[in-house]
Amino acid sequence: MDKFNSLKGIAAPLPIVNIDTDMIIPKQFLKTIKRTGLGVSLFYEMRYDNDGNLIKDFVLNTSPFDQSKILVAGDNFGCGSSREHAPWSLKDFGIKCVISTSFADIFYNNCFQNGILPIVVSPDQLDQLMMAATNQIEFNIDLPEQTVKAGNHSINFEIEEYRKDRLLQGLDDIGITLGYQDKISAYEEDKKNKKPWLFKDN
Amino acid sequence: MSNQGPKTLFDKIWSEHLVGQREDGTSLLYIDRHLVHEVTSPQAFEGLKISNRPVHRPEATIAVADHNVPTINRQNIEDPQSKIQVETLAKNTKEHGIQYFDLMDQRQGIVHIIGPEQGITQPGMTIVCGDSHTSTHGAFGALAFGIGTSEVEHVLATQTIVQNPAKNMRISVNGDLPFGVNSKDLILYIIGKIGTAGGTGHVIEYAGSSIMGLSMEGRMTICNMSIEAGARAGLISPDQTTFNYIKGRPYAPGADHWDQAVEYWSSLPSDNDANYDHEIIIDSSEIDPMVTWGTSPEDVVSVKGLVPNPSSAQTENKKKSIERSLEYMGLKPGTKITDIKLDKIFIGSCTNGRIEDLRKVASIVKDKKIASHVQAMIVPGSGLVKKQAEEEGIDIILKDAGFEWREAGCSMCLGMNPDQLKPGERCASTSNRNFEGRQGRGGRTHLMSPELAAASAITGNISDIRDFT
Repeated sequence: MDKFNSLKGIAAPLPIVNIDTDMIIPKQFLKTIKRTGLGVSLFYEMRYDNDGNLIKDFVLNTSPFDQSKILVAGDNFGCGSSREHAPWSLKDFGIKCVISTSFADIFYNNCFQNGILPIVVSPDQLDQLMMAATNQIEFNIDLPEQTVKAGNHSINFEIEEYRKDRLLQGLDDIGITLGYQDKISAYEEDKKNKKPWLFKDN
Repeated sequence: MSNQGPKTLFDKIWSEHLVGQREDGTSLLYIDRHLVHEVTSPQAFEGLKISNRPVHRPEATIAVADHNVPTINRQNIEDPQSKIQVETLAKNTKEHGIQYFDLMDQRQGIVHIIGPEQGITQPGMTIVCGDSHTSTHGAFGALAFGIGTSEVEHVLATQTIVQNPAKNMRISVNGDLPFGVNSKDLILYIIGKIGTAGGTGHVIEYAGSSIMGLSMEGRMTICNMSIEAGARAGLISPDQTTFNYIKGRPYAPGADHWDQAVEYWSSLPSDNDANYDHEIIIDSSEIDPMVTWGTSPEDVVSVKGLVPNPSSAQTENKKKSIERSLEYMGLKPGTKITDIKLDKIFIGSCTNGRIEDLRKVASIVKDKKIASHVQAMIVPGSGLVKKQAEEEGIDIILKDAGFEWREAGCSMCLGMNPDQLKPGERCASTSNRNFEGRQGRGGRTHLMSPELAAASAITGNISDIRDFT
């Protein structure tokens, strides 16, 4: 998995609440059997008109925001479907960090599987960062220090230690868990005796 | 969460499935059943292949194609990408020895319909699927939640998932349900009350006499939409209604283990003095038949109500959000909900595509015709639901009324297959999401119960079942 350490650049403001995963990547793009190539379809219905032409005033279609690696968005970002295509499309577009006041649980988890850092800030802090993003002020995100700096603002954010470590080191989660194979086998042996109906062959 | 003292249903399932702590402090939770479908699994199988990892316990996984599949002429999937996805699932499951219900198998259907239908879903289990509506299975007192594709790969490779415990929330609904109010109205009302982020980080346990009085079908509708309240999962205590539903189904415990299983299942309900991080109590008499007016499942109103006015919003953000929704939905503030004219009716989905839902619709539209300006479609949740409905003559009643009778699948709930709304079309839908573009670009979705959708099909406007004769 890609590592994440620090990030510098302008941030795209998207002041909409409840941005759901259908908005991030509509259903017609879920038919792929690959993880890559979805960036061009990110926010498809907001980015393109019915004829497939770019909608010029949508933030990610305007310079310099079309090069943003950071997104600042309204509350409850990533709600709805579990589709990992949402973080895949963000990543493929180049976005490596999303800042909001809250994230839906599954989306939040999915970000960490893909080297994307979701940062939770307070409503007041979001207002400040939204303004800074709109004014094209450069953001500095430092994961080891857990800070977002933009102009005069310096914000500390919380992140669970294990998630931080995984991003910093780009660890393979399955590889880690397979290190506990003995424990998994022991668990299965125990339950086969105690709850045999769960181990009947399907 | 301590091991001592009173426990919730969630706490009990959690501690039963804890394989251990990893060094990074996370918990490794054992997964009893893994449901797999064509859209969120190909990249997971590809990941296994790249890393040369086997499936840890193929017999704990069941696969079915549901999201993409056509509901007519299904021998031939015209969309080449959909076809590849379905074929890829068939190939991957064969390669790894995973049970797969193919498109011609009568057991095929929406993954969250067939799990319970086959008796795969049982109390006290942990169940995951790369689909957010996995919460449906919580109706049986199973801890069931949606996961991303990377986690699908993790479960395939290890039969475990990395988790941290959720917080406990209990929502109790008490009292007899008023006439015309059912489980869909209950859950829409709850989402309206707590909001789409109201359950974030929590598992919601639904309790109280209104909930425990529901059939398994009704309970599934409630748990299904827990994700629309932002919750990780929904749960309902297993009871005799649950056991009766499971008994005799193909994958249910057989006679050799049935008593042992029931004894265990009976130990699962939350202890009386268990502690909840958050508790909400609702009197069912305050609930009306509910309808969504906007583009988030929290945008709910009584069918007797009005489209809201943005100027009444308490915050600037909320005002903007209402304005955006109304513009998308093509609605004016103050419009009576029952004055909203419809183009399409969709009855189906993992929320309301079960036999009980179809029976209700049939009882309402029997000997009537749908309004001449609407197109109405019924998509049974599974091949077996369809078969049963046909045995009961429900299909004849529905077809006589003017409904299209389709093959099983997710269909227009998300419009990945050819069943979609056109821009500007307005639909009464028994599904679970009214997001912008969900049922087709520019499509306008009003979520409601099967009863309301049936009544609305006949009148052509959103209609209150209580006024309907």
